[in-house]
Amino acid sequence: MFYREAGQFKTSYQSDQAMFPILQDRIGMAVILAVAFIVVPLTANDFFLTSIMIPFLVFSLAAIGLNVLTGFCGQLSLGTGAFMGVGAYAAYKLTTIFPDVNVVLFVLISGFFSAGIGAIFGLPSLRIKGLYLAVTTLAAQFFLEWCFIRIPWLYNDNASGAIEVPKREMFGVIVSGAEATPLARYFVVLGITVFIAFLIANVLRGRIGRSWMMIRDMDIAAELMGIRPLQTKLMAFAVSSYICGVAGAMMVFFWLNAAEPSSYSINLSFQILFMVILGGLGSLSGAFLGAAFIWILPVMLKFIPSAIGLEIGAETVEHLTFMVVGGLIIFFLIVEPHGFARLWQIAKQKLRVWPFPY
Amino acid sequence: MKHLKTLALGTAVALGVSLGGVTPQVAQAEDANYVPLLTYRTGPFAGSGIHIANGMADYLHMLNERDGGIGGVKLAIEECETGYNAQKGVECYEATKGKNALVYNPYSTGITLQLIPKASVDKIPVLSMGYGLSAAADGNTFPWVFNVPDTYWDGASVVIKYIGQQEGGLENLKGKKIGYIFLDAGYGREPIPLLEQLAEKHGFELLKYAVPGKEMQNQSSQWLNVRRDRPDYMIMWGWGAMNPTAIKEAVKIRYPMDKFIGVWWSAGEDDAAAGGAQAKGYKALNFSGVGMDFPALQDIKKLVVDAGKSPTDVESMGGTLYNRGVLNSVIIAEGIRAAQEKTGKKVITGEDMRIGLESLNLDEARLAEIGLAGFAHPMKVTCEDHSGSHPVFIQEWDGEKFVKVTDWIEPMTDTVRPLLEAAAKEYAEKNAPWPERTEPCAN
Repeated sequence: MFYREAGQFKTSYQSDQAMFPILQDRIGMAVILAVAFIVVPLTANDFFLTSIMIPFLVFSLAAIGLNVLTGFCGQLSLGTGAFMGVGAYAAYKLTTIFPDVNVVLFVLISGFFSAGIGAIFGLPSLRIKGLYLAVTTLAAQFFLEWCFIRIPWLYNDNASGAIEVPKREMFGVIVSGAEATPLARYFVVLGITVFIAFLIANVLRGRIGRSWMMIRDMDIAAELMGIRPLQTKLMAFAVSSYICGVAGAMMVFFWLNAAEPSSYSINLSFQILFMVILGGLGSLSGAFLGAAFIWILPVMLKFIPSAIGLEIGAETVEHLTFMVVGGLIIFFLIVEPHGFARLWQIAKQKLRVWPFPY
Repeated sequence: MKHLKTLALGTAVALGVSLGGVTPQVAQAEDANYVPLLTYRTGPFAGSGIHIANGMADYLHMLNERDGGIGGVKLAIEECETGYNAQKGVECYEATKGKNALVYNPYSTGITLQLIPKASVDKIPVLSMGYGLSAAADGNTFPWVFNVPDTYWDGASVVIKYIGQQEGGLENLKGKKIGYIFLDAGYGREPIPLLEQLAEKHGFELLKYAVPGKEMQNQSSQWLNVRRDRPDYMIMWGWGAMNPTAIKEAVKIRYPMDKFIGVWWSAGEDDAAAGGAQAKGYKALNFSGVGMDFPALQDIKKLVVDAGKSPTDVESMGGTLYNRGVLNSVIIAEGIRAAQEKTGKKVITGEDMRIGLESLNLDEARLAEIGLAGFAHPMKVTCEDHSGSHPVFIQEWDGEKFVKVTDWIEPMTDTVRPLLEAAAKEYAEKNAPWPERTEPCAN
């Protein structure tokens, strides 16, 4: 009843090929954007913005990046953390060499460095598949992390080995560094994430995205039908790494303010991979849902004991959070291996036939 | 299966709704001074972190129990678990800073580095007691950061000075080989510029052995290199699981333990005990008293630990790291007291706390008054010098406990101080535009 598209006739190809062909989807999207751009900035406090919304958007973007590669092109990667690191270090080097250029521009450009590196490490994907490919991307992770530690040029010979984000302004508003207000940083992160998400949504619906999915579903058949595996796979690696690189640069510039090499360790790669798997492979909304589950849920869970008046030590809360989140991951993966995106589809179907299910 | 799916759907919806519902409440107690403690009782560094966390929390709780807080105002103490992880540390900072937090003790150089730029913006001082950014000792550049009683550079200079004493003078260091094994993170890399400078000045060779954080518990390759290079002395900057592993490996290759010197964070009893009987002779720097023979510690035992108000194991009380945590809280408490005196307010803010820490003067009389005579070297902070470069001593593991073997040794202030100032200047330049100090000196 709520989700019925009956009566919505499409009279042109344009409306048939629209991104959101159903009216309810369009309304839903408009509501989500309105909440993100208007309601959240008006109501949220600093903690909500800096510790929940900004990391959530950064991780969502990174999950979209990995989803392009793993979910849509079927190439398993464990190098996400390192590719994010490449973006962060590239943006840091660029902005310290050219301090007067707009930092957002550099964040977007830094993705190209990451894309280049990603494409190089994507070369083996032509010969090896599946878990074996995961192992070669693991090599990328370790090699790049080694570079972040061992090449002092990358962090401007800083004695502590960390990159520290300098203060940068955009149109007279400070957007990075410690003095930047959470609101300014939130808007930059939100703008970039929404922009790239819409861009990718369109790429995925077109020729390029379809060729990725063909490679994923059956590469030999795709090859026979005229898809060139080398270019297609490398493009998936490059696009995925580009998005991850931008997310990594945003992570240090608009969220953390300073990053050590350990911020881009294998743990980050796994975190993003779990977001993608849990959210749903091959689904953009899944990337957002997965990021929300992996990042927002543990942060929020920590506040539950004190909110209901229980006096528990900080470390017990931490352990409980681990257990609850771990248990929920297992539960959801057993019940719905296709992730939250699939659950959302089921929910949509139920809403459509309610109250007379068949 | 169908029911399970419905259940999953229901759970997802419930989670989504509750996520929207639970928003952290920023409760502000009007009649208490709020001290957040960023601690880590989980993760790979918990072995060291638990003792520190217990020491810090117990002393502050004891003040609440015994004196009803400081200056008649109770302390509101809240722990936030960081797991030694910089991201979680920042999250803890953001979650607690709105409750009128007075001071932050991150207990991680990584977290400290992230908080330093925020301190001047949010007007909350950072107290990194014997860790963090060495250059922060320059109060003119870093008015909001304190690293009493010593920086890592002070510590490294004391080790070299001590080695010089053993060799009969610093001039005899020429041609010697000194190994430096360190945790490959901001923490372990911090002293390298100074050690390199001293190596050049005194003509010894510095051999560096980096231990990556995730391979702390497997140091055989590093120690194989040590065995090959045969350095005359070994210096260690380790933390968490790295310390006991290094001492075990040193025992395994039969490195002479009396020539193996750790920084004050490698001075835990558990660390040395891991090496067994052969670890006897292992040395470490220290600046806080060892043992339980202090009235304040007895008060903690009586009022907090024996009363069951703390997770502390009575056995671990009086240990090096536990007492270090206590000393950290003593500095916080004295800072609050000084701030109350200077400003005349009872409930203070982070800005007042900065003034209090800047006028910290913990002399012998005051130490005796708070029941900690001889617990630490008298400390004084000035507006220019936020560290003070106070003397430290060296303790030796006798197989069962640490024994103080030297007198207080002064750091090489004449070498360290110019380097600190140069490093502070460089930091400000790299992070340009770094805010100029506008806070007036309260002393």
